[in-house]
Parts: sequence; C-alpha cells; structure tokens
Amino acid sequence: MELLLDSLFNGVAIGSVLLVAALGLAIVFGLMGVINLAHGELMMLGAYTTYVTQLIFKLPILKPFYNSYIIVSIFLAFIVSGVVGILLEKTIIRKLYGSPLETLLATWGVSLILQQFVRSVPLAYGTGLVISLIIGLFLPTTFPQKIKESINFKYFKFSSWILATLTGVLTGSFISSTVSKLSRASARNVDVTAPSWMRGQVEILGTAFPKTRLMIIVITLISVIAITLFLNQSAWGMRIRAVTQNRQMSDCLGISTEKVDIITFGIGSGLAGVAGVAVSLLGSVGPNVGGNYIVGCFMVVVLGGVGNLLGTVLASFGIGIMTDLIGAGRLLSIWPDMPLPLSNTINFFATTSMARVMIFALIVIFLQFKPTGLFPQKGRMVEN
Amino acid sequence: MRISRRILAGLATASLAVTATSCGGGGTSGSFDDTVTVGILHSLSGTMAISESTLVDTEKMAIEEINAAGGVKVGGKSYKIEYIVEDGASDWPTFAEKSKKLIDQDGVPVVFGGWTSASRKAMLPVYESKDAFLYYPIQYEAQECSNNIFYTGATPNQQSEPATDFMYKRSPAAGGDFFLVGSDYVFPRTSNTITKAQVKQLGGKVVGEDYLPLGNTEVAPIISKIKKALPEGGIIINTLNGDQNVAFFKQIQDAGITPSSGYYVMNYSIAEEEISTIGPEFLEGHYGAWNYMMSIDTPASKKFAKSFKKRWGSDRVVADPQESAYNMVYLWKQAVEDAGTFDDNAVREALVGQKFDAPQGPVEVMPNHHLSQTVRIGEINAEGGFTILEETGVVLPQAWNQKHPSSKGFACDWTDPSKGEKYKL
Repeated sequence: MELLLDSLFNGVAIGSVLLVAALGLAIVFGLMGVINLAHGELMMLGAYTTYVTQLIFKLPILKPFYNSYIIVSIFLAFIVSGVVGILLEKTIIRKLYGSPLETLLATWGVSLILQQFVRSVPLAYGTGLVISLIIGLFLPTTFPQKIKESINFKYFKFSSWILATLTGVLTGSFISSTVSKLSRASARNVDVTAPSWMRGQVEILGTAFPKTRLMIIVITLISVIAITLFLNQSAWGMRIRAVTQNRQMSDCLGISTEKVDIITFGIGSGLAGVAGVAVSLLGSVGPNVGGNYIVGCFMVVVLGGVGNLLGTVLASFGIGIMTDLIGAGRLLSIWPDMPLPLSNTINFFATTSMARVMIFALIVIFLQFKPTGLFPQKGRMVEN
Repeated sequence: MRISRRILAGLATASLAVTATSCGGGGTSGSFDDTVTVGILHSLSGTMAISESTLVDTEKMAIEEINAAGGVKVGGKSYKIEYIVEDGASDWPTFAEKSKKLIDQDGVPVVFGGWTSASRKAMLPVYESKDAFLYYPIQYEAQECSNNIFYTGATPNQQSEPATDFMYKRSPAAGGDFFLVGSDYVFPRTSNTITKAQVKQLGGKVVGEDYLPLGNTEVAPIISKIKKALPEGGIIINTLNGDQNVAFFKQIQDAGITPSSGYYVMNYSIAEEEISTIGPEFLEGHYGAWNYMMSIDTPASKKFAKSFKKRWGSDRVVADPQESAYNMVYLWKQAVEDAGTFDDNAVREALVGQKFDAPQGPVEVMPNHHLSQTVRIGEINAEGGFTILEETGVVLPQAWNQKHPSSKGFACDWTDPSKGEKYKL
C-alpha cells in the first residue's frame, strides 16, 4: 500500500512538472499550430521573475510579506511571460502564420536571443524593460472608447510609450541601486529558495511527501482547471475554439481573429511563465533552464494528441508514472520473484538515463500505431 | 624538418609579440628585453562559461604576477608574458579548432586550457599531431597519459580514493552502505568504477548507483531508490555536474535525506564556487575532497586568496581548479627558465621534477606529467567554505588507476623512452 502510494505520488509529481511545462505549449502548438521553440525561454523568464520577486521581497518594506512572495511571483510570472509572448506574436509570429518551418527557425532564434539577454543584461534593467513593455502595451487599451476612436489616438499611444519608458528606466535604476545582486549582469545560475513554510515534508497516510512537490501539483491543478474553465465557459474561450476550428468562418462572423491570436498566444506564454515558477522550486535558475524541458513538452503534446488538453494531461501523468516505474525499478518490488532474465532486464533499465531511453522507445512504438496521439482532433478541419 | 618549423613558429611568435599591443597582460613593458605570447583557451560562452571564466581570471592573474616580478628570464634576457585568450564556447570541436589556430597561426609555445574531459579528448589529437603542449588544470578521471599534455589537477587516487576511505572508516556514517549518484558522462562513470572496486576491497557494500542524463533535473526516481536502498541512512557519493547539484540537493533535503537523519554526501565536483551557487543551507554537514580549499591556513594560501580578491573583487572566491590553473602557469615559467628556451621538447624535459610552493603546499611534477599533491577532506560549513577535517601527506599521482580493472598494474613514465605512455609495472 505504502509502495503503491509512494509510486503513484512520484509519478504524479514528475507528471505534473511535465504537465505544467507543456500546458502552455498545448495551447500555442495544439490550438494555434505554432511551433514555438522559444517556449522553454518563456519558462526561463518565469523562473527569473520568481528570483527577482524573491529579492525584492527581501527589501525592508516588503520583508513582513516575504513568505507570500511565491504566490505573488506566480501572477507576476504569468504577466511577464505573457507580455513577452504577446510582443513576440505581434512582431514575429503573426507574419509567419501558415509557414511552420520559418516559425520554427524564427522562434529558435528568439530563444537564443532571450538566453543571451539574461546572460548579458543586468536583471534590474531587464525588469525595467519588462515593466516598460507592460505599460506601453496595456496603457493605450485602458483609454476611454472616445479617445481610442479619435484621430489623435496615435499621439496618446506615443505619449504612453514615453511614460512607459520613463517608468521602466526609473524602476530599473531604483532596483539596481537597492538590490546589489541584480545590478550586475552574470551568466551564473541563480537560486530560488522556497519560503520556510514550503520546505520539508508533510505526512499523509503514514508516508512523507515533500512540500515543494505538493505545491507544484497544486499549481498544476489550478492552471489546468483555470484554463479548462476559460476555454469552455468564457466568451473569449468560445471565440478561441471557434477560430481553432474554422478561421475563415469565424472571421466572417465578426470575430477578430487577430485579437484571438494575441490572447491565445499571450495565455500560452503566460502559462509557460507559471511553469517557470514551478521549475525554479526544483532546481537552479539559469539561461539554459528552459532548454531542458522543451523536448519533454513537445513529447507530451504530441503523445496526448495535438489540440486536446485532456490528452496532454493524461500523457504527462502517463509519462510521469512510467518514468518512476522504470527508473526506480518498482516492477521488482511489485513482483519480487519474477524469472531471472526478466528481472535482469528490468534492473538494466532501472537507471534514470535508461528509463529515458525506454520511455522514448515506448512513445515511438505507440505513435507507430496511433500517429495522431491519444486523443486526436475529431471532425473536419477546414485548413487541412 | 619538424624542428625547423617550430623555430619558424618561434620567430613568428617573437615578431607577432613585438607588434601585439591589444591583448597584453597589463603593466608597461619598459624594462623587458622581449615578449612571449602564450595561449589561454577556455569557454567564455555557453554552459561551461561560469566555471571556466574563473580559470581565465586566475591565469591572467598569475601572468600579471610573473610580469610584475620581472617576467620570464631565458638566456639572460627577460621576457614579458603576453596572452591571447580564445573562447572554446562550451563546444568540444571548437576547442580543437581554436587549438590549431593558437599553435599554427599565433605560434604560441604553450596553451593553458580546457575543463571538461570531453574538451580535453577533443584537443588531444591536435596537440599530439603537432607535437605542441597543453596544460590542463582540472581534477579528472585519469586513465590517460599523453606526452603532449601536462595535467595539474588531481587523479582519482588523489581525490576520490582518500575520500572513500574517509567515508567508510572515519565519517559519522562509517561502515555504512554506499549509494553512487553521478551525471551521465565519462568522469562519474570511471570514478564510480574505481569507487566500487575500492569499497569492495574495504569490505563495504555499494547498494545502488544511478546516473542523471546531462541537463535533466528530475531527481524523484533517484530519491526513491536511495530511500529504498538506504532506509536507515548511509553514504552517498556524488559526482553530479554543475547545476544538477542544485536540483539534487534541493530535492533530497525536501525528501528528508539530510545529515541529521544519517545521510552523508561526499562530493567530488563541489568547490567553494559551487557552494555559493547552490547555497550553503543545502550543503551544510556534507563533505568535499580537494587538494586546495580556501580555508587552508597557510601564508601561501591566504596570499593567493587575497591577491585574487584584490584583482577581481572582494566577493570572489578561489577554489581547487583555480589553484591548479595558478600552479601550472608558474610551473611552465620555471620549466622554461630551466630549459633556457621556449622550445617544447626542451621545456617538456625540464618540466619533470619541477617543484613549486603552491597555495596547497609543495607540489612536484612527476614523470607521468601529473602533479604530486596533498589531499584534504572538508566538511561544508554554514559560511560556504570547508572546515578541513583531514590532510594526507603528499600523494603521488596515478595516471593509470590501480583499482580500475582495465588499468591495474600499469603506469606511465615519459622520462624513460622504453616506458612511455603505458607500461606494465
């Protein structure tokens, strides 16, 4: 019983890291068909946001609230990665819809740029830049309808960008003068320390579980529920689904496909940011952190069936449980007196590297029989 | 034919060095008769940049110190050392390519470079085919002995073997079972093969072993294996690489695998630099084994740490790889002065037997192109340093490990033409 519980928990824990990382990609790649190789770097931005938030919460004014910084950083990471994603969509991806190879190359280039950016720009100024972007992109949308429609709107837009730049420069120099750790550029990996209430273990049913793992599972669950509700219950969710199913028809019916694209991409990127927070709790934060997850993300989405959230969920937990079963050699404890050749084989694969090989092999075999994944999109697709 | 080419290269060096002004090693060269340009080849970009750039800093500092003390004196002339820094970009073929460039185009008499075994393996054929000389400063798995490489880092018998011995006989977990964790590449696998043989000799038991693919930070399956194999605590030997350590220590602490519950981790790749990255709160109470530790309380060690901080900033630390890099620059200078020429073959002969009063204590170059060194076992403390628990006397290097089944009974000696790379003892 304890063994089963332990194994199940481990599987769910590994799976939820995969799921939270792949969720954003499931939307961007699954619903929009954009192969976004910069997805990992959007996660990295989320992880760095957690780091910056942590340091800012160490300032004397915010010190009393230090324990809650991780909750705040989840929202901030969503916003930061979302805004960078929106910018990416507006400047690059929009021009490349329908040409997946070019998108792949362009987003790969973006991922390299983002990696080098965090290496060579002090995080304080990086924060300032992101703040400018947030204000510059969102301030004009908050103006009353009357101003938006006037001819002089471009001047309003322009002046709001000036305001945004100013705020960004000011916050950047404020942070760099108060938090010395953020004032210098460094290629060195940094570390996010979980607040004290999240460290250690809790005991459930006689088995001890690490709290950070539980936290990641909770973050994942909330993200999945929130995104499902959004897609199925809200008006924008309905529009997104409509555009996914039939772009031209939706366009004819008066749905602004341009806006839908921005929102979908923004949400997908924002979820990558949330994944960054989760990942920062497990390991260190560095420019390459996203690259470690990107292959796993695509694997999960393809296995689950492109365009299907439920498939993504099941695929991640499936891979998680399999990783634990094979990697930790659990089959031997479940069936201790199996024949020798079989137990030798299992022992051979019971290392983390070999488990990975095995998982990939299983996925390849599975995709031979079901090339469209666990839950393929049903119905006619106009674009195909 | 070959020799004349080397002389030509030397002439090219001299003329190039006279005109070179851009990449000088600091200070004015008013009192020097001539200059000599050496090559520095480490990763300044990519994953390894964090670690390797500290070596570049140390090597620059050593060169500046030598220049400030009057440079290299060869044949009655004093030479100022200049350097060309090349970026290996954490990409192993690039290391080979840049080596060719330094040897052929820049005509440098010596290259200080490398960190990962993969980069060394990529460079080795270049130096052997051009009969040039590489100085390599990292503790590594040994099982290699080239006439064209000088290794100033520890071999396994100068690091992991005394450490395993300590863990099994004198640590708080003495007599306990072993679990081996490493990144999945050549150093951890070779090192663990040696450790397994040694534990068997000692009468202990290795109850588990696992390797994490490079870049992977999912430690959960390893943790459940450790808990299953060592339910009451025990000894964990860790050869994980770089930031995988952060994931490992964060997650094992959350899972309750800590010194207070009887689990002691001995680390072969965590020095002061890494402790500050991972955070001492995760590492306190675990162990490390090195030749040099910043907490060594001798004037030479303090001077080394002080000059490094003065040169590169008070928040910087020095660690074992940097000390090896520092030593190799000085040993090269001594060998050149003894040989009375920059010519490789003469310098190689003069190198063996060179002694240097290093920050770790006296070191000497052995006939197998490795260094005799002191081994220290330290416990990681809350301040992010090591509390030194044990110190061996000077340990001679074994290029071919005597516990590894494939190299048992072999040794290397480049001073005797009949012995060479690998001969039977």
